[in-house]
Amino acid sequence: MSTTASQVGNPGSAGGTRHRASSLPPTRPPRYSGQWTALAFAAPLLAYLAVFYALPLYRNIDLSLHHYTVRAFVRGDAEFVGLDTYRRVLTDGTFWPAVRNTLIFVLGSLAVQYATGLALAVFFRGTFRLSGLLRALFLVPWLLPLIVSASTWAWMLNSDNGIVNALLAALGVDQVNWLTSPTAAIWSVTLANIWLGIPFNLVILYSGLQNIPADLYEAASLDGAGPWRSFWSITFPLLRPVSAITLLLGFVYTLKVVDVIWVMTTGGPANASTTLAVWSYREAFGTGQPDFSPAAAVGTLLILIALVVGLIHLRVQHRLEEA
Amino acid sequence: MTTRTPTSAWRTVLGIVLAAVMLFPLYWMLNVSLTRTQDLRLDPPRWFPSEPTFTGYRAVLSQQLPALGTSLLIGLGTVLLTLAVAAPAAYALSILRLRGRGTVNFVLLVAQMIPAVVMAMGFYAIYVRLGLLNSVWGLVVADSTVAVPFAVLLLSAFMSGIPKELLQAAHVDGAGVGRVFTAIVLPVSRNSVLTVSLFAFLWSWSDFIFASTLNRNGDLIPITLGIYRYIGNNTTEWNSIMATAVVASIPAAILLVVAQRYVAAGVTAGAVKD
Repeated sequence: MSTTASQVGNPGSAGGTRHRASSLPPTRPPRYSGQWTALAFAAPLLAYLAVFYALPLYRNIDLSLHHYTVRAFVRGDAEFVGLDTYRRVLTDGTFWPAVRNTLIFVLGSLAVQYATGLALAVFFRGTFRLSGLLRALFLVPWLLPLIVSASTWAWMLNSDNGIVNALLAALGVDQVNWLTSPTAAIWSVTLANIWLGIPFNLVILYSGLQNIPADLYEAASLDGAGPWRSFWSITFPLLRPVSAITLLLGFVYTLKVVDVIWVMTTGGPANASTTLAVWSYREAFGTGQPDFSPAAAVGTLLILIALVVGLIHLRVQHRLEEA
Repeated sequence: MTTRTPTSAWRTVLGIVLAAVMLFPLYWMLNVSLTRTQDLRLDPPRWFPSEPTFTGYRAVLSQQLPALGTSLLIGLGTVLLTLAVAAPAAYALSILRLRGRGTVNFVLLVAQMIPAVVMAMGFYAIYVRLGLLNSVWGLVVADSTVAVPFAVLLLSAFMSGIPKELLQAAHVDGAGVGRVFTAIVLPVSRNSVLTVSLFAFLWSWSDFIFASTLNRNGDLIPITLGIYRYIGNNTTEWNSIMATAVVASIPAAILLVVAQRYVAAGVTAGAVKD
């Protein structure tokens, strides 16, 4: 795995200063003292993982296996119902719309973010004036609080007074009810999420490009390969491991997104932009009456999806390394 | 770096155009924040705030200052907690070669995949019992769960690159394990500690899910929740909402200018795995 780490681990950042972690090969210093000392240094983390990850996760699964009402929640005497809540969630009318919306949101975001990020990374690979500064500016959307970006997009996409519809009107296109139409809402939140994800894709793919030796391109151009040809024969194949990581991380992040959608549409109209994560959030915290058990069950499903994709990724990567 | 760029001028122009398109929403946020309330409903909207007003910003300063302070406090608390947990652990994993580090690394990878909404429910259930809801410290703990796995992975990736001669020399000079950590490993790792701190701060500053679930009724609410409530109460005054958004973006803007290279390093480090 160290190959992957060193390939992507070289940011070649805008300031021109390289991060040392990546440029140095991993060394294996001798053991300094016993395992007990090591354990002592790791103890805060191990305790932290147990108390602040394992315990909340345990509570989450516990919530999904019992029938929790608000009263039972406070008193702690909820009835054990086993997988009943899961059955209820899977047959709920919201389930399939949520799955469909999650697919649109995640796959739509990933495809466009990745393609745009890659195009920009290739663009910035060439040296030109201001390229460092401009590349740094592309990071800004990624650093802002999501609620800031989401509310800005909500106002830009506002049906009556939004700038987007004003631009479309200038082009002679009819007004679109971006956030209030059942068909457009999911695409609108996906659009905002794509905008948010481009910087991340740009940075990782750009640093991946930095590790492709320039002489490969020189050789290719001597052989008469044009830019298009060298992209498909050199850049894209050599970037595959970095692309895989970018897409995996993008998948995991996008699957969890609640705030962007919640701020823009609260999952509506009806369930038109409700993803699994938003559904879970709404059941637990989004209405006056918290319903923790189904929310926790949907949450568990989300973890399972992320894990399956993570494991597939590890396997594929393993095979790539063996090949 | 490609060398064949004879036409770099058009690339600069194209780059500026692309950046302008990308940053347009930010311009629009600024523009709306300066627009007078009666001009908000103009059709088509004004491209420039021809008669700028600062009423939005005045409203922010009078109403949202405490929330900004709370976010600052939570952000700094998150940074400290994250470093206190992650730095010694990274030392144990990378240099002291803790047995079972593969498992720990795997657990940290998996931890990054857990959706915040799931963690929020778990924390809520625990905090209800402990009376930690609506507390700043409860939110610090919850926010740190986003940063800790990332911090451990990034710091240990960095620390395993520290030349072993450096560590051996200190060892020969009689420095113990703790002394090597504080006198050599931590100072040498300064850049990655800064990267981790930057991200821990920004993530906690931006957090909405934990804030809206664990600290929704407290006296001290963070700025993200402040904005959210603002949206709920003032759907007509988007200039004030956007002014709050601009103010809430200031830390990110400052950090981008001051610590730009750490940002790029950190985004990339998100992909570092062992």
